[in-house]
Amino acid sequence: MSKKIGDVILDLQNISLRFGGVKALTDISFDVREHEIRAIIGPNGAGKSSMLNVINGVYHPQEGVIVFRGQERKRMEPHHAATQGIARTFQNIALFKGMSVLDNIMTGRITRMKANFLEHALWLGRARREELEHRKKVEEIIDFLEIQHIRRTPVGRLPYGLQKRVELGRALAAEPSMLLLDEPMAGMNVEEKQDMCRFILDVNDQFGATIVLIEHDMGVVMDISDRVVVLDYGKKIGDGLPDEVKNNEDVITAYLGASH
Amino acid sequence: MSLGTNTGSPDGLQTFPGLLFHHAKTRGDAPAIREKDLGIWQTWSWSDVAERVRALASGLAALGFKRGDNLAIIGDNRPHLYMMISAAQCLGGVPVPLYQDAVADEMLFVLEDAAIRFAAVEDQEQVDKLLEVMDRAPLLEHIVYDDPRGMRHYNQPFLHDIHALMEMGRIHNRNHPDFLDEEVAQGQASDISVMLYTSGTTGKPKGVCQTHAAFIASARGGMQIDKLDAAGDILSYLPMAWVGDHLFSFAQSLVVGFTINCPESGDTVMTDLREIGPTYYFAPPRVFESLLTSVMIRMEDASAIKRGMFHYFLGVAKRCGGAILDGKPVGLGDRLLYGLGTLLVYGPLRNVLGLSRIRVAYTAGAAIGPELFGFYRSIGINLKQLYGQTETCAYVCLQPDGQVKPSSVGAPAPGVEIKIADNGEVLVKGPMLLKEYYRRPDATAESIDADGYFLTGDAGFLDADGHLNIIDRAKDVGKLANGAMFAPNYIENKLKFFQHIKEAVCFGHDRDRVCAFVNIDAGAVGNWAERRGIAYSGYADLASKPRVHELIRTCVDEVNATLAQDAMVADSQIHRFLVLHKELDPDDDELTRTRKVRRNFVAKKYQVLIDALYGGKATQFIETEVKFEDGRRGKVAADLRIIDAKTFPAVKQAA
Repeated sequence: MSKKIGDVILDLQNISLRFGGVKALTDISFDVREHEIRAIIGPNGAGKSSMLNVINGVYHPQEGVIVFRGQERKRMEPHHAATQGIARTFQNIALFKGMSVLDNIMTGRITRMKANFLEHALWLGRARREELEHRKKVEEIIDFLEIQHIRRTPVGRLPYGLQKRVELGRALAAEPSMLLLDEPMAGMNVEEKQDMCRFILDVNDQFGATIVLIEHDMGVVMDISDRVVVLDYGKKIGDGLPDEVKNNEDVITAYLGASH
Repeated sequence: MSLGTNTGSPDGLQTFPGLLFHHAKTRGDAPAIREKDLGIWQTWSWSDVAERVRALASGLAALGFKRGDNLAIIGDNRPHLYMMISAAQCLGGVPVPLYQDAVADEMLFVLEDAAIRFAAVEDQEQVDKLLEVMDRAPLLEHIVYDDPRGMRHYNQPFLHDIHALMEMGRIHNRNHPDFLDEEVAQGQASDISVMLYTSGTTGKPKGVCQTHAAFIASARGGMQIDKLDAAGDILSYLPMAWVGDHLFSFAQSLVVGFTINCPESGDTVMTDLREIGPTYYFAPPRVFESLLTSVMIRMEDASAIKRGMFHYFLGVAKRCGGAILDGKPVGLGDRLLYGLGTLLVYGPLRNVLGLSRIRVAYTAGAAIGPELFGFYRSIGINLKQLYGQTETCAYVCLQPDGQVKPSSVGAPAPGVEIKIADNGEVLVKGPMLLKEYYRRPDATAESIDADGYFLTGDAGFLDADGHLNIIDRAKDVGKLANGAMFAPNYIENKLKFFQHIKEAVCFGHDRDRVCAFVNIDAGAVGNWAERRGIAYSGYADLASKPRVHELIRTCVDEVNATLAQDAMVADSQIHRFLVLHKELDPDDDELTRTRKVRRNFVAKKYQVLIDALYGGKATQFIETEVKFEDGRRGKVAADLRIIDAKTFPAVKQAA
């Protein structure tokens, strides 16, 4: 399978993040190219999730610069990230448990809704047209993720693996150009992992989305990512192609060595 | 064999393409096919379907598909695949539907056997399977796929998107405007319209060649009996390779003109059923059973008032519902109660089941438990049985309205003659018989006798009303060591009527007593275990729980008690049994694709277990290889407990 990996669209330069005296990230720099699958790996507490939170503006680093699509920022804000096409999923699923799968995915369309509150409340012309259009998009995602059978099911009643899939669906609903996935396969069985891998590859391939992914399953990471960055105690200790990273001495001692 | 004489239709309506274009001409705007796509039911009218079939057929012709070629059809029930059947028939070719869940190697057999050059498949999954065996099927030249998802990077020149094929066909059509009509006009009623493979309970599958005349006659017969009309709806969700689906969704739809509805996906069938509310419905007994099980499970969670009402009115229905449906006299009090029950329980229940518009529902393919059968009839659903096989277009016996007995499969259908051979085998004759087994003159000669009767292989008898009763497969009927009749299927069916038992295999031929393997039903037993706080980690663990064994033993005891009532089978009571640690599975060759037990294969594979059953052992260790859905193999091992069941002295029947 051949795909075009484009220019750098996200460049993180010398990012440092502290919570009081705790250094979560220290002087980390790496970049993400368009259309690639970029994995962030590292032991627990290495700062992987913090890194994603810096990218989409939940945490603000004390030092460093974030360059996204040529725009240089000291700090990203969540709404900037959202409107610029960055969507994410969370390590601990963050869906509306009482709402149906359909409605949950629909919430992912909010940044794209233009009609105002009154129009929506009265189901007026523009709101109606818009809603139909959004519904169509949502249905396409439901079809893509093969979750038609649970369209109307409240999310809280679904098994974990399906909830993860719904969360991916909501992220996709925003039609993101960059997708941040925080451990999309944690707690899944082999079959569910395979399904998820296939969806991630398809998202990357068919929607052309760039993917930044945190994952613990080394098999998965080495299989699907184009490049891997390795963090340990908030520092970057490796960066490169999966094979390079696999053979990097520091990485082996810090991480792979411990788990293999 | 007389062909095309019983249809009484004008020329051109003796073939399926003729019927299709007739519908398109006379009632082109009526709905022909619906499919749920992106959450919305999309409708194709008869003229839409005719246009697409025309384009597909011309496209196939442009690729080189010729009269006499076979077209493999592989996939779930998709409108385009049904259209592909018609397209092949337009050109005088023969569609060959394959079971879509078969693994690549199983498909290879049919691809070779039927000399397949063209295949129309649903999606990437099926394309991948064909690519896997392509080097071993040198005849296969072109693959057309319906769903382009995931196919972006496939650039083999022999792969065609179905829409591209239609475009190709439309161009071909413009350049050769008369071509297709001439091809269709050449079609004869005596041409083979479809080839359906037998499930292969014994040996390799055989291709059953059925003519247009045979399927049209069968479809018309059913239409007469049940007074079907063009306004009907049917949900098409059973495998297209199964004769039942071909009769109901394809042949009858074209003959009668009703609408077929394709579900969104295999997992949404129940929701789609509710949304469509078909008027005509066909399902094997296990579907009716799982429908009932799901209702019962949900009722257990309902409030006490609802539960009380539910059970009270089910009692009323049991007393008089069947009689009301059959139009028999019922007392005024019961009638009033039943009316109230319809308002409060039966109506809503039918609605929940998606069966509120049903005029006729059929079940076939396996024996249905009298309790289960009676339940549906009692709440006002006209559920009936039919009997037939691939070789007879699934059309031999139908239960006519008002003459429904749970034990029989009904009276001979219009045009069908039935005879019982001396050995008890059911022989049938009529317009619905197969023309031949594909390239198997030996098998054809074996299965049809000198008088033109087809040997069904089933043992049965005609009762006082002339209705057919089926006992078992003729070759499975054996004898116990003491000479008493042993009909394993008969006993197994009795076991399977319990919701906790999914499958059973009985042994006893030439032995002094009957022993059995039992497969628990993971859903029902799992639920049962949950309610009792029995923790389990998976199927094998659940199947090894002593309390589950106790549960199954009560079922076996009950079966033994009923067997003891009947002198003919009293000796067939089950003495010892065990609960298998894995589900019998078609992927492991233990079941056919239509989920019938391959008795001999199972007996050979689990020989140690049989020895243990008859050797008086209390436990037996077994390790079996299993094939996972992705093709990998693994092993499961378990120590199986062998359990003694209670047997009863035979009851002398009062004459």
